[in-house]
Amino acid sequence: MSRLVPLFAFIALAVLLGFGLRHAGDKSELPSPLIGKTVPDFDLPSLFDPEARYTPASLAGQPWIANFWASWCYACRVEHPAITDLANRGVVRVVGMNHRDTREDAAEWLDRFGDPYHLHVFDADGRTSIDFGVVAAPETFLVDANGIIVFKHIGAVTPDVVENEILPRLERMGVEQP
Amino acid sequence: MIKRPFAPWRQHRLARSCWRLMALALLLPAMVAAQPATPREPLTFESPAEQARFQALAAELRCVVCQNQSLADSNAMLAQDLRHEVWEMMREGHSDEAIKRFLVERYGDFVLYRPPVQANTVVLWVAPLLLLLAGAALVGVNIYRRRALLDSEGEEET
Repeated sequence: MSRLVPLFAFIALAVLLGFGLRHAGDKSELPSPLIGKTVPDFDLPSLFDPEARYTPASLAGQPWIANFWASWCYACRVEHPAITDLANRGVVRVVGMNHRDTREDAAEWLDRFGDPYHLHVFDADGRTSIDFGVVAAPETFLVDANGIIVFKHIGAVTPDVVENEILPRLERMGVEQP
Repeated sequence: MIKRPFAPWRQHRLARSCWRLMALALLLPAMVAAQPATPREPLTFESPAEQARFQALAAELRCVVCQNQSLADSNAMLAQDLRHEVWEMMREGHSDEAIKRFLVERYGDFVLYRPPVQANTVVLWVAPLLLLLAGAALVGVNIYRRRALLDSEGEEET
């Protein structure tokens, strides 16, 4: 019996390492401490009109999506069709939070690939992105009508995320699906 | 040992990798340009003590983009921004604790290289101690057994 101890130890270790390997991918996606909290305060200009300003208060009343993007961000191009699709459904305001970019580059990007956003907010120095805990664009937050963050997605939004994460949450908020 | 003949293919391969390197060198500026060009001024410190405090703090904070580097080591854009943020908060007179809290509120406990002892980190803190105790117990039992064995052998001899 005692000769089997190394074998059992080996099996136990193999199971442990196997478990670690299977869940290795989870670690890159950090849980956001902001879920369930009020959206961070900001006062930012519009991407196109420096005079127009947006704050969480000016966006409150209905749910909205904060989609952090930049013209230099490759994954933002990858998620562009999914974001466009979500915006075109007309169930939620999709706000483009332009992150560490220039107005010219951002405008050119929107011209070239199409502009899915209902509103454009310009976070030139990335200070608001830090308050949102954005690690790297693209990151997407769903904010409810009361200004509470209910969902966050790191990386490119896929049709699957729209279908299975964002739309069901909107439905639960009582947003009518067309 | 026969000396190896001159191998033209080796040279060939070397030349090819040289070409690759050169191509990469040409691409590099384009890759760098893919990051937004918002220059950050290098941080300045009023005193060596302030600099030491900053560096100690930055070394204890994890860079969230490049997860195995500290905030002090990383050159990622976000790390630069966060270093700037930490520096500014220091200037405004915030304590180290307040600065850490600021980052944890945004990025989670993950930014701390020394996570606090709490419900979900208990295993992390206690497991090494338990393993040490288990090992010590194992060694103790073994010694006890062998001693008993030796004693009984000794008794048989006399």
